Amino acid sequence: MAVEIKLPTVLRAQADGQATVAVDGATVGEVFTKLLEQFPGLRGNLLDDAGGLHKFVNVYKDDDDIRYLDGLDTKLADGDVLSILPAVAGG
Amino acid sequence: MPAFAQPTLRLTERQYATIIGSCYDGLPDEACGLLVGPLSAAGEPTGAVSEARPCRNADASARTYTVDSRDLLAAMRAAESRGDEIVGVWHSHTHTDAYPSPTDVRQAVDPAWLYVIVSLRDLAPVLRAYRIRRGEIAEVPVELDRG
Repeated sequence: MAVEIKLPTVLRAQADGQATVAVDGATVGEVFTKLLEQFPGLRGNLLDDAGGLHKFVNVYKDDDDIRYLDGLDTKLADGDVLSILPAVAGG
Repeated sequence: MPAFAQPTLRLTERQYATIIGSCYDGLPDEACGLLVGPLSAAGEPTGAVSEARPCRNADASARTYTVDSRDLLAAMRAAESRGDEIVGVWHSHTHTDAYPSPTDVRQAVDPAWLYVIVSLRDLAPVLRAYRIRRGEIAEVPVELDRG
């Protein structure tokens, strides 16, 4: 099933300049695996060394933060939109 | 001056008032918000701002800020709907200069963005803008469009 992934400007250079990428997958983890096969340069921005979601990135499935769903195991349906958001922070 | 000390950030009076007002509204905590605007053909902010969007500080702290991710998502959608992008972020320094702190430099998320800092230390607010690239800080000019 096709899912649309929206990338923030800062990550597009590692995805051939694309703002959105369509990938197949039944869970967020599967979709990320396929996304990273296509664009391996994104790995360090999305996942930590243990393969979990990087702490400085937020991923929304439509209007919901996947950390409050099932994380990388969150199930996806055809037409879902995943938005990848960098942590915007400072002091 | 580093080569990336451009473009000039151009704010309307209303946008300037929105930014400064949000910083006072956020006291005693730091306040933050996002700048939406167009990108050039090269993918860089032009300096024009179509919207200044106050956001919640998820840290609710006088020392740090994190733009609430729901507000970031809403801003990205609003930007996309008008063919723009997020081109920068502002936050307040409640007791220090309008200059990037080591935390601001370390956590700067996008080298293309404009980083606006509003100091509320003195009686009058001070607004300055910067780019932060590979740990280097370059101040960029700010122009107020009095329309």
